[in-house]
Amino acid sequence: MNKLPTILCLIAILGGTALLAFGNTTGAVPTYAVSLVGKYLCYAILALAVDLVWGFAGILSLGHAAFFALGGYAMGMYLMRQIGTRGVYGNPLLPDFMVFLNWKELPWYWTGFDNPMFAILVAMAAPGLIAFIFGWFAFRSRVSGVYLSIITQALTYALLLAFFRNDMGFGGNNGLTDFKDIFGFPLQSDAVRRALLIASALFLAACLLAARTIVTSRFGKVLIAVRDTESRTRFLGYRPERYKLFVFVVSAVMAGIGGALYVPQVGIINPSEFAPANSIEAVIWVAVGGRGTLVGAILGAILVNAGKTFFTGALPEFWLFALGALFILVTLLLPKGILGLFARREPPPAAMPAPEPAE
Amino acid sequence: MRPLLRLLTLLAALLAAPAWAQDDPFAGLAGSSFDDIRRGIETLATAAPPQAAATITALQQGALLAGPDAALYIKTQTGFLDARTGQPATPDVDALKSVRVNNSVRRAAEAAMGGLTLFAPDPTIRRSAAEAVLKSRDAAALPALARAIAAEQDPAIRTIMQQARAAATLASPDTSEPDRLAAVETLRARGDIESRAMLASLTNQSPAVIAAAATAVTAIDRMLQLWGLVQGIFYGLSLGSVLLLAAAGLAITFGVMGVINMAHGEMVMLGAYTTFVVQEVIRAHAPFLFEASLFIAVPLAFLVAGIVGIVIERGMLRFLYGRPLETLLATWGLSLVMQQTVRSIFGASNREVGTPAWMSGATQWGGITITYNRLVIIVFAFLVLAALMAALRYTALGLRMRAVTQNRRMAAAMGIRTPWVDALTFGLGSGVALSQIDNVSPNLGQGYIIDSFMVVVFGGVGNLWGTVVSALTLGIVNKFLEPLAGAVLGKITVLVLLILFIQRKPRGMFPIKGRAVEA
Repeated sequence: MNKLPTILCLIAILGGTALLAFGNTTGAVPTYAVSLVGKYLCYAILALAVDLVWGFAGILSLGHAAFFALGGYAMGMYLMRQIGTRGVYGNPLLPDFMVFLNWKELPWYWTGFDNPMFAILVAMAAPGLIAFIFGWFAFRSRVSGVYLSIITQALTYALLLAFFRNDMGFGGNNGLTDFKDIFGFPLQSDAVRRALLIASALFLAACLLAARTIVTSRFGKVLIAVRDTESRTRFLGYRPERYKLFVFVVSAVMAGIGGALYVPQVGIINPSEFAPANSIEAVIWVAVGGRGTLVGAILGAILVNAGKTFFTGALPEFWLFALGALFILVTLLLPKGILGLFARREPPPAAMPAPEPAE
Repeated sequence: MRPLLRLLTLLAALLAAPAWAQDDPFAGLAGSSFDDIRRGIETLATAAPPQAAATITALQQGALLAGPDAALYIKTQTGFLDARTGQPATPDVDALKSVRVNNSVRRAAEAAMGGLTLFAPDPTIRRSAAEAVLKSRDAAALPALARAIAAEQDPAIRTIMQQARAAATLASPDTSEPDRLAAVETLRARGDIESRAMLASLTNQSPAVIAAAATAVTAIDRMLQLWGLVQGIFYGLSLGSVLLLAAAGLAITFGVMGVINMAHGEMVMLGAYTTFVVQEVIRAHAPFLFEASLFIAVPLAFLVAGIVGIVIERGMLRFLYGRPLETLLATWGLSLVMQQTVRSIFGASNREVGTPAWMSGATQWGGITITYNRLVIIVFAFLVLAALMAALRYTALGLRMRAVTQNRRMAAAMGIRTPWVDALTFGLGSGVALSQIDNVSPNLGQGYIIDSFMVVVFGGVGNLWGTVVSALTLGIVNKFLEPLAGAVLGKITVLVLLILFIQRKPRGMFPIKGRAVEA
């Protein structure tokens, strides 16, 4: 794997972020733009997570937004606890929606969320755990291809329905919102917004490096073998399900981190984040940028979302046409994504014909 | 003219005069005291001559007037009717005075009306009268009920009357114990929630009756549970039929072509909007055809969705064969475009699709309610399924489709034009997405897509029977979990069960076996 795009990408992310943050301190860049870019970077982390499983293990997950949202909910729970007595009902212990539902005490699974470190840990552990359980069963029984895609979709749909329920204790339909503080600092202040942007950029860079380390290692080589011909790899004595499970869990944790950074910047998390459409959209970011390139996923996420921001503001009618056409045109005409356009000049990676796309 | 009529009336009155003295049931109403009137009503109700109901109704509305010689007239908007005969009459207005009403008279009139409608010539009125008595458990209605039962010709209404008599018997303070035991038995045979409530709330009864009632309540509970089961299966079948209609086409396109059509829900939407447009046209130009609108709309919906399907296959999918996951993305994009197109044309809000009269309403069958629209969708789903299976089994296209499913390359080698088969298959699969007869909105297709994929995955691809079993199973399981766990939790449970099931059987209940599978 070529080093150059990764290095360029890291420079662009970190340099761009530094510029934005500096511009904001001088007043040249409005704060909403800082939060907007921060949001894109969180989406880029999600895209990176999707690319890791889809581009390198051939697992087309249509439920990755679920991991993103789970991380977001963990963070949201911490932020809810930070509100303290400033809620509408002024209850020191219970978030507003629980007071509204007449709950007397905090449910057990809310304990510990007043501690930010614990919340961040859960934001990583909860998606990881669900991915582990789900992947353990699915990969062991060799559910693959389309079937796997459809049950990941079922997973996120089930979570969507579950989080809509008020009884779940996650705020039901309205989700968690109206946050005030993070780590003791007011969430609305410019400094916190800048800090969140920088944190997103740093985590994105870290995730990119981690993902790159994984896919370029010996482990990554086996992973690519699994993607291209799973049965042949198995006959060679590898255990494909272990490779897939590992990378699936890593990817889910990444998505969780993305979600945890996303929630303080947009100020709300609600069950619609679990909508299957969101997961599919994340896949198209990767496809636009270039599947199996890591950098392309980041590029795709930022480009598509910037386009979405622009079109939903300027031509709201047009956005769904544009997004739909993007799906169709990219799959038909740009199977390797935008990065594929530049890759042509390089020599082909091997004498072998391009592998059959994995299922 | 008037004098002549008056003369005739007088003549008629004179002729009838001797009868009044003995057994004119109307006579009491012309009495002067409230007691006379009340007794008069009871006499009238017991004798129940044809005009009795009209007369008592008039009395209740203050439109009954008494003239000299116990003549009775009903005042209408245009004139007067003779209460006894119902014929128009022209009494001397100055000599009339209204029949007075107080509370006891009013009560008597109400009870009498309940009893009287038991003899109405219209069976639906008799039926509702019997049901009213059943509900009120009015012991005073017992004599009238007894006569009504004897006179009743319609066995179904007679049964209700007998049940009403049983309810009244149990409520009445002076009936014998054997009668009451028989009454408990009758109510037990009725076996619905109301009779259960009656039996459970009995007071002031002898121990034997109480014991009989207790056993009857247990028996009714068991019956109700059984009927509940049947009702659940019925609801489940109708839900399953909707799923089946949505999933059958998906199963075909997935099974034969390996295409994951995420725009399949939008095919359902197209069909639904076709129905909408057809109804709008009919409303505007040919309202008399409205009842038949579905018979026009359904074939049209099939054609519209089918043609769009063929266009999609030729224009997009054929470039993506062998890359099933990419068809998933492309068709998802297509579904977004289609939704937005429909939204731009028809607007984002819900549009009304009317249900023809023959599809609304319900019938009672044993202890369950069968709503006609559910029944229609079940019948329709199975007709579509039968047609689809026949098409696969007996037509040339079906033969080719099966050949391509089993071995695409061999089929091509045998001279089958696989691209054409693919296009027509996709058209057929898209066309049968006909499941919605309800209000339409641009994103209605979204609601179908996950459920129908679940059906296909659960049943196994390329096997219509698998789809049938899986759709009906999912429908019934869903409906049974709903009362236990609530609709949302029930659905979550089904999804989790499905995810677990896929672990056991990664290719569904009825997988295709053989080497072609891995391709």
